[in-house]
Amino acid sequence: MNTGASLADALKPGGVKHRPLLLQTKISNVSSELFYQTATELVALLDAKKLSSVELTAAVIARTKAVDARVKAFNSYDEADALAQAAASDARRSAGQGRGPLDGIPVGFKDVIAVAGQPLTASSKMLANFVSPYDATVTTKLKNAGAICWGRLNLDEFAMGSSTENSAFGATRNPWDLTRVPGGSSGGSAAALAAGEAIVTLGSDTGGSIRQPAALCGVVGLKPTYGLVSRYGLIAFASSLDQIGPFARTVEDAAILLGAIAGHDERDSTSFNTAIPDYRTELKKRKGPWRLGIPKEYFGAGLDPEVAAAVEKAIAFYRSQGCEIKEVSLPHTEFGVGVYYIIATAECSSNLSRYDGIRYGHRAKEAKDIIDLYFKSRAEGFGAEVKRRIILGTYVLSSGYYDAYYLRAQKVRTLIRQDFLNAYREVDALLTPTSPTPAFKAGAKADPLAMYLCDVYTIGVNLAGLPAISVPCGFSSGGLPIGLQIIGQPFHEAGLLAIAHAYEQAHDWKNLHPKL
Amino acid sequence: MPAATDLNIDHVAHLARIALTPEERTQFARQLGDVLASIEQLKRVDVSGVEPTAHAFPVSNVWADDVAQPGLSAEDALRNAPARRDNMIVVPKVVE
Repeated sequence: MNTGASLADALKPGGVKHRPLLLQTKISNVSSELFYQTATELVALLDAKKLSSVELTAAVIARTKAVDARVKAFNSYDEADALAQAAASDARRSAGQGRGPLDGIPVGFKDVIAVAGQPLTASSKMLANFVSPYDATVTTKLKNAGAICWGRLNLDEFAMGSSTENSAFGATRNPWDLTRVPGGSSGGSAAALAAGEAIVTLGSDTGGSIRQPAALCGVVGLKPTYGLVSRYGLIAFASSLDQIGPFARTVEDAAILLGAIAGHDERDSTSFNTAIPDYRTELKKRKGPWRLGIPKEYFGAGLDPEVAAAVEKAIAFYRSQGCEIKEVSLPHTEFGVGVYYIIATAECSSNLSRYDGIRYGHRAKEAKDIIDLYFKSRAEGFGAEVKRRIILGTYVLSSGYYDAYYLRAQKVRTLIRQDFLNAYREVDALLTPTSPTPAFKAGAKADPLAMYLCDVYTIGVNLAGLPAISVPCGFSSGGLPIGLQIIGQPFHEAGLLAIAHAYEQAHDWKNLHPKL
Repeated sequence: MPAATDLNIDHVAHLARIALTPEERTQFARQLGDVLASIEQLKRVDVSGVEPTAHAFPVSNVWADDVAQPGLSAEDALRNAPARRDNMIVVPKVVE
């Protein structure tokens, strides 16, 4: 357990002792394999005609076939369809009609984001046979950018969980240690990148579901400001918290993918109408130094000492670059998990009422009437965690309990949001751990409450609607990745990415890959 | 805030239209009791005079022009239906 003393050390100039890191042999060296290169590097090869998208896509497919029986990142993929998309990309480029930095790049999709003609299961028995009749807005944008829509990535059922163990189709494992979880709910999106099974991927983040698996798998994951990316075509979990966002091996790749999917969409009424900068250009223009806040509530009891040490070293790096490091307070942090599990479950109970066995999804075989059909279809189609959350959400919204739970939680949500906005009067961004611990063993958190506490550092960001990124910042003595979370101001993704990029460029965590 | 033991799992599962097995009933009642007990800490927050937040960045009065847009064909819209006949979804008899 970490103590206030080490935070105080980190806040002192030159106060953190740099320890040699114990990297175990399972961490391989810099890889020259195509499937471990970045979109930025690969597009340069594609543009120079030194590589074709078909060759690249075939390499990703071959890698997936070699490792996915162990990692289990994918629910499904369509090899022939991916190669056909790649051939079309190559034809465009040859004709001088290339579409830019994602043309020909295989992008993996969390299996809650609609791609027309592909399965859309939410890793639930409820949607096991559902095929999407339309594209999500992010899918349309990526297709327009020439990206290869590659495969359906596993998740906790309906994005409810922090380990990708709650999937109707089996658990995903962490490529750094196959006995451990990849985090969740976007565990497939993070594990596929760490294992070389995609070049970039998309996930969704309701309480940490992009950032926590990114931290546990040693990749970059960005949760955008609420409203920056359209939710049209994203299977809804908690509509006031859900955002789609990118996973990538580098901050620059994340910036490219964010730029491709961001923007106002009239098909999402909560989509925000704001100008989208060229994030990649901004990344290189913005050099700091920045004023960075360290929220003291994020460094207390429950934080693994090795995670604390890695984050404190990252803080020391920013100080060494001339950034002003300032302790700040987010006094309502301890209430975040409680507020979240009222608001998120309330919204989920409403959103998931559509799964009734009538128009689509699982329908029970034996039902005596239509009401019985609802009860049995939902009982058979949903897994345990989904049922628990629907029941909790129904309870907090039910007559006589609404004011005590839901309305009160919405008021505390206001206070949590104000905490962040107050902090931003003094600092440009906040630095925290992403997850209190590195990846835990599969099966270790059977108790739902213990699992919910995995999200203690990520949940406040969703409640306040803020953007935040997790970037790799080291390894535990057991060789497990550790993530640094940087929390930005609303719609200031360009600055957030630049802060993350400055750290990443001075470290070589991005070049390390697991041995599989 | 009500006591955590107020949760009547049968009543709430009925409202949610989910049939629970006896095992689920016992297990969920215990697990959700633990979750509700931890949520009790919200009682300690002084929320007097605080406005509720439904959305972090409220946008209101989002209107679309009332113009027909291309949509799914009947075939595409019905392709995922569990049972269908003549461009309709078949359900158990509702009215005797």
